[in-house]
Amino acid sequence: MFNIDFNGEFAAFFIFSAIMIIGAVLMVSLQKVVHMVISMAGVFLGLAGMFVLLDAEFVAFVQVLIYAGAVSILMIFGIMMTNHQAAKADPVKPLHETLAAIAALCLFGILFYAIRMTDFPDAQPMPAILDNTSGIGELLYTGYVVPFELLSVLLTVAFIGAIAIAKKGADQ
Amino acid sequence: MLPSYLTMAAILFCIGLYGALVKRNAVIVLLSIELMLNAVNLNLVAFSKYGVVPSLTGQVFALFTITVAAAEAAVGVAVLIALFRARGTVNVDEFDEMRR
Repeated sequence: MFNIDFNGEFAAFFIFSAIMIIGAVLMVSLQKVVHMVISMAGVFLGLAGMFVLLDAEFVAFVQVLIYAGAVSILMIFGIMMTNHQAAKADPVKPLHETLAAIAALCLFGILFYAIRMTDFPDAQPMPAILDNTSGIGELLYTGYVVPFELLSVLLTVAFIGAIAIAKKGADQ
Repeated sequence: MLPSYLTMAAILFCIGLYGALVKRNAVIVLLSIELMLNAVNLNLVAFSKYGVVPSLTGQVFALFTITVAAAEAAVGVAVLIALFRARGTVNVDEFDEMRR
């Protein structure tokens, strides 16, 4: 059914997926928010390892820089700027949590069924690319130059907007 | 190997969905959304290697997604800080004006 051959890639995949699932489950089950962010950083690092397995070295290092570095630190900033002291236990809503768990499990069941039922055709051999990074760079500056520039504008606008929003209340 | 990667991405997406639905702290809700976006990235990169026509396009799409997710995280945290200044809390249960 699963027809997986146990080679090195499978072992590495198993280790990385164990790291990611443990980190994600810890993220939803830990009590303190800072611990949640740290376990999330573990998930991001595991995902970077999985990108390396998939021959996407550049994306892997971008993942480490942006997610494990910037986004985690940004979230810790957000927690520190808001009320990280509020360690009081929230009133639990068993019905709400149960319904959310059922929804997530149903979605996973549907996705898993679809993945298992789909017959993925064999991939053509990957065209020989000498260097992952230079290949991505050429593609970004030839075929995808317009989306690339639009994204640069979006990122600039978003960061200036973030500064403006966060600063507005500070000078009162 | 492709179904394994897709299943892994589905697991991550569902955990992120559960976290986004259940967690009260808005920062953790943002983090759960990041987890869901990461699962999508894993799908894109997996198809860029194991898809029918392997190419680098999937990795370029993943880079675009990472960029948009970074912008989203920055704006989200800024909005949360402004909300915290105005209301003194980041508990998502207390932001329910639109419901009344």
